[in-house]
Amino acid sequence: MRSLTIIKSRFVPLNIENVDTDQIIPARFLKATTKEGFGKNLFRDWRYENDDETKPKKDFILNNPVYKGEILVAGKNFGCGSSREHAAWALQDYGFRAVVSSFFADIFKNNALNNGVLPVQVSEPFLQKIFAVIEKDPKAELEINLEKQTIELLDLSKTPPSVGPGETFDINSYKKTCLLNGFDDIDYLLSIKQDIENFELIKAF
Amino acid sequence: MGKTLFEKIWQKHIVKQIDGGPSVLYIDKHFIHEVTSPQAFTGLNKRGIKVFRPQQTIATADHNVPTLNQHLPIKEELSRLQVEALKKNCAEHGIELYGLGHPFQGIVHVIGPELGITQPGLTIVCGDSHTSTHGAFGAIAFGIGTSEVEMVLATQCLLQSKPKLMRINIEGELNKGVVSKDIILYIISKISASGATGYFVEYAGSAIRSLSMEARMTICNMSIEMGARGGMIAPDEITFNYIKGRKFAPQGEEWNQKLAYWKTLYSDADAKFDKEINIDAADIEPMITYGTNPGMGIGVTQKIPTIDTVNENDRSGLSKSLAYMGLQQGTAIKGQKIDYVFIGSCTNSRIEDLRMVASFVKGKKKANDVEVWIVPGSKQVEKQAIEEGIDKILADAGFILRQPGCSACLGMNEDKIPAGKYCISTSNRNFEGRQGAGARTLLASPLTAAAAAITGVVTDVRELLN
Repeated sequence: MRSLTIIKSRFVPLNIENVDTDQIIPARFLKATTKEGFGKNLFRDWRYENDDETKPKKDFILNNPVYKGEILVAGKNFGCGSSREHAAWALQDYGFRAVVSSFFADIFKNNALNNGVLPVQVSEPFLQKIFAVIEKDPKAELEINLEKQTIELLDLSKTPPSVGPGETFDINSYKKTCLLNGFDDIDYLLSIKQDIENFELIKAF
Repeated sequence: MGKTLFEKIWQKHIVKQIDGGPSVLYIDKHFIHEVTSPQAFTGLNKRGIKVFRPQQTIATADHNVPTLNQHLPIKEELSRLQVEALKKNCAEHGIELYGLGHPFQGIVHVIGPELGITQPGLTIVCGDSHTSTHGAFGAIAFGIGTSEVEMVLATQCLLQSKPKLMRINIEGELNKGVVSKDIILYIISKISASGATGYFVEYAGSAIRSLSMEARMTICNMSIEMGARGGMIAPDEITFNYIKGRKFAPQGEEWNQKLAYWKTLYSDADAKFDKEINIDAADIEPMITYGTNPGMGIGVTQKIPTIDTVNENDRSGLSKSLAYMGLQQGTAIKGQKIDYVFIGSCTNSRIEDLRMVASFVKGKKKANDVEVWIVPGSKQVEKQAIEEGIDKILADAGFILRQPGCSACLGMNEDKIPAGKYCISTSNRNFEGRQGAGARTLLASPLTAAAAAITGVVTDVRELLN
């Protein structure tokens, strides 16, 4: 897994709540047996008319060339519903390295972390602030610093850009170490296999 | 201080606690299916390792399979390749597969309990969010992603943080025409599609204790639809009687030992929950959803909410949902025209569900312009339905009893609802496009769905009951 430290980027605002994983990647695209190539079907049915790639829906945010970047900012309860990890693969394959929301569904959060896509949970007022800022300036940028656990809006009107309002975010220290170093849970679990075998000998259920 | 049911099981499964991080949780049983496992096996192969405890993993093919002519090769190429990949992976790694054609094949959350694999006190996972179903037996059961499937295959363990604990007490007697699906749709409508995120839920109270195992599974199944990591119910005599004698249930002296342990699995009187919710069973009427998440449900006699009566933050979501559904705010849902009826899915495809539908529709005929698909949860459910003559009753009513699989719950196979059509469905999700691009889903109980099949419109089933 690629290591992750600082993401400084423009961002795409998806101001919709309860975005479920069926929207992120519809079930008909789950038939692959590899992890690659899901990005082209990210938000498929919100992106295209009648499933036709030549007919992008003009009002959908990913189809608006004004917005781009490695960060997706979405309404609360992002990633609810199905456990499909394909949702995290699709976001990553499309080019997102972080998702910012005021609330994440549990399974999605784990899936994202296991694929090096950072879920950044912010307060609802800060989320609304981010949406308000990009409405005025589509070129607004966010800086996410995993080491310091901070997320900040950059004020681009200054040269060099100065740091605007921001917040700290939570992440458990184990996961943070994994992401900073590009390790995954399987590496860790395989390293304690003897402990697992010992546990199996004494388990009482 | 006393312990909750969850804590008693959780603590017995901690292999190791990481400082400032998650616990290493031992997993007793792991179910896999064709959709969320292939990339996990590829991961193992890349690392050059084999499945650590193959006997603790059980596989079936369910998400992709056709529900007609299962004896023929799967027509759709990608589906066929995925099912074949599962077969190959299971053979290479020594995993038992109940694939197409096997008498135990079926929806993963139906076959585990009916084979007696699902037991109290176990930790159970599967790459499917409705794994919470197995919690009905007093197990810690939850859905995982594919990276986690790979972890369990490789080490029989997962890294997990202990969730917060919520108890939902439902006391009293259910009204006529109200079944367990209505209970869970009612709960979700009250606390919202995200109201239990971060929690593991225990369902308790006299209304829960009075339910059969099938009915309890329906409730635990939909825990994820309010964001909960899982749901569970303390095991009791109803649980033990259900398990006894099943294919993989403990026998003889082992049964006695297990039973003695299972009887210790309940929340102590002084156990503390992070949150408790109390519900009066008498307040629940037959439920139906009108929107595009399972929290958007109302009693069948109620009106769809108006935009100005919901929280400011929820207004754009409600407008978007109603536009998708083609429904009007402030109008009655009763009487809404229905095009399709789907009775099936891991929520409501067990023998009790089919019996409920059959006893209601016996001697009745379906409405002319409605198509009705009944999809049993497993080969064993299908067999039992035929033995009991349920298939004939359904056929006489104009319903089609198909073959087992996930089917129109998520439309990965051919069973898709066409764009713009209304489907009353006993499944668990009414998300946009869930049953097919543009399909409009109304979630309800098997009884309410059967009533709509007869009348062709959303109906208060109580008016048709004697």
